[in-house]
Amino acid sequence: MSDVTNTAVDSTATPGVALMDQQPDDSVPARSPLHHVAQAQTGEVSANARVSIWEEPLKTHLILRGDAAAAGFREGVQAATGLDLPEPLQSQSKGDWSLSWITPDEWLLVGPGDQAFTMESRLREQLEGHYAVVNVGGGQSIVRLSGTEARSVLMKSCPYDVHDRHFPVGKVVTTVLGKTQATLRRLGDNDWEIVVRRSFADYIWRWLLDAASEHGVHTGPLLSAVKGQASHKTDTSTV
Amino acid sequence: MFYIYCPYCGEHREEEEFHAKGQAHLARPKDPDACSDEEWGNFLYFRPNPRGLYHELWVHAIGCRKFFNIARDTQTYEILETYRIGESPKLSQSTDQQQS
Ligand SMILES: [Zn+2]
Repeated sequence: MSDVTNTAVDSTATPGVALMDQQPDDSVPARSPLHHVAQAQTGEVSANARVSIWEEPLKTHLILRGDAAAAGFREGVQAATGLDLPEPLQSQSKGDWSLSWITPDEWLLVGPGDQAFTMESRLREQLEGHYAVVNVGGGQSIVRLSGTEARSVLMKSCPYDVHDRHFPVGKVVTTVLGKTQATLRRLGDNDWEIVVRRSFADYIWRWLLDAASEHGVHTGPLLSAVKGQASHKTDTSTV
Repeated sequence: MFYIYCPYCGEHREEEEFHAKGQAHLARPKDPDACSDEEWGNFLYFRPNPRGLYHELWVHAIGCRKFFNIARDTQTYEILETYRIGESPKLSQSTDQQQS
């Protein structure tokens, strides 16, 4: 925390809350939990790869807690994010942002990495009543799993039923993946988002690589994901 | 494979996601300082071990992380009902409230 300055603390807007921009400036290279694994950045996928795995590093992860039945919370989230609070096991997304149900009084808001402070400030302006907004971006990361055999990889990695009937697009479930915990969200028929703990990112990465190897695996984002990626400074050098 | 219905998630989940936390509906003595050693000891350490209906506290640890209650048959392991904290069980507690 030595380099963090608190010049951004704005005590007038939200009395009692020390709001801090946790994003370091460009002189401090940010390093994602999977900075050390080899990931192709071109988006070119070889013809025999039926699974693609890549990290979406350094995104904004904000935990929102509050009472969905309270208008001040529900409408505040709507006003700040443009997203309705999802029902249990559901998610909402719009543009670069997604909001996932985690537990009856908790949601995970994910968006572009450089907008954590802006979004947190906006939420604190809009939310009323008893609530919490916590930036957990340093504690977790996102691994994406895509391809025609992506579901097969999940089928042998977790006890949850990922059949289309039981896990439609948009559903979000926190369950066991390998020997750890992960939040799975289905983005499309062959497209999954996996939120993992930072300290388990390497484990999950290796697990998924191993599980996907029989199908042919590509490590790196797909072309569509490369195009849509927000630019943020990432240090990909090895330690 | 053993599935448990989580009343907060609203669906059955694999047992691996849950942890058992012991007997449900334990009332902590309102004034511990006024308790006798026996009363406090009973609250802290002694639990009935009934054959049949038993109410337990469980947590959906790798899931929604909420605590809830299970009414379970200790002979057959059958889960008779699960319900949220603060709710009352539909089934009678006559067999597992024999404490003190
Ligand atoms: Zn649950």
